[in-house]
Amino acid sequence: MKAVTEAELHAYVDGALSETERAGIEAWLASHPEDADRLRAYSEQNALMRSLYGPIIDEPVPASMLELGPRAWTRYAASAAVFTLGIGMGWLGRGVLVGPQMVQVSLARQAATAHIVYSPEVRHPVEVTVDEEEHLVRWLSKRLGTKLRAPRLGPLGYELVGGRLLSGTQGPVAHFMYQDARGQRLTLYVSHQKGEPRDTAFRFSQEDRVSVFYWVDGNFGYALSGEVRREQLLRVAEVVYKQLNP
Amino acid sequence: MDRQSIIEHIPRLRRYARALVGDRYVADDLVQDTLERAWNKFYLWRPGSDLRAWLFTIMHNVFVNQARRRRYEIEQAMDELPAVAVRATQGDHLELEDVDRALRTLSLEQREVVLLVAVEQLTYEEVGRTLGVPIGTVMSRLSRARERMRQHLGGQAAPSLKVVK
Repeated sequence: MKAVTEAELHAYVDGALSETERAGIEAWLASHPEDADRLRAYSEQNALMRSLYGPIIDEPVPASMLELGPRAWTRYAASAAVFTLGIGMGWLGRGVLVGPQMVQVSLARQAATAHIVYSPEVRHPVEVTVDEEEHLVRWLSKRLGTKLRAPRLGPLGYELVGGRLLSGTQGPVAHFMYQDARGQRLTLYVSHQKGEPRDTAFRFSQEDRVSVFYWVDGNFGYALSGEVRREQLLRVAEVVYKQLNP
Repeated sequence: MDRQSIIEHIPRLRRYARALVGDRYVADDLVQDTLERAWNKFYLWRPGSDLRAWLFTIMHNVFVNQARRRRYEIEQAMDELPAVAVRATQGDHLELEDVDRALRTLSLEQREVVLLVAVEQLTYEEVGRTLGVPIGTVMSRLSRARERMRQHLGGQAAPSLKVVK
């Protein structure tokens, strides 16, 4: 019997062979049980992946994606340009000055952008300072429609500076700012998440200089941003998470 | 100008992106970036050629550039939930999660090939054109990817034990 190639075995799994070729492979497999086992496993992988990812195709397409075309593109480019000129921060700025339907911006990217915009502020880093913490938390809780808490990060060297209300692609956003003795700032971004409540593990994203740990808990997305090393930020993120989920 | 024909491909682009990067938000960003780029480059598309393959090629290029620029560390260090809602009976629930996890153990290059072949059901030639690599490369990535997934899923790895005296 003529030896078959590895490529032919895969083509058999993927249904890419003629009937004659298939018969040749089947004859080979009858006398090569190890290859037969292997090909069975590969076929099963195909079937599992198709049933796992297949249904995504039926999900409704977000409106922002249907806005494809010159009009959407012009607005997108214009807002990005204005934003970039305004604060000179390069590509991170894209899609920030947007209407709710315009650009699907990821949680991490939105949080990093907010961090870059507000953390260098000397005079007005926050709207409401820590002196009025109770009022701040009550106000943001009301706007987000949930009972918020500002985590205590004192033991890690970060004190609450205050917070502000922002507008994100999914509605109001609570933004808390912390600072350590050297003036290093971290921000916690809390936004409502549309759709089914769900939970995710911590994820990490490096958005230019800004490190972001983010996660989704029920209907809310949380992102902790700072221009610090990943491990350092992770320590803080873990504390934040524990305090929010006692 | 055929806006509608691009739109028809969005569900497939979203499916591929989600399977590729895992995270819904990152995946939809990838699709959005791909669509914008496709729109701007539409004059480069040759009418009559395969629009779907062209869009997958753009997505591949956007993905590779982003991965380089932003150093996505998608689910590499962190333990991860399955990226998609798993609708399945109790019995095969675990297998579906396992296959997602196995997929995440592959290199990005291997993952692209295995998804384009298995889920998007492109021919090997189309995969090669999409990724800009020769077909021999497609086959060797596919072979390594499948074997790695098989080992991860607990299939018998080809025994490679040597007899030690």
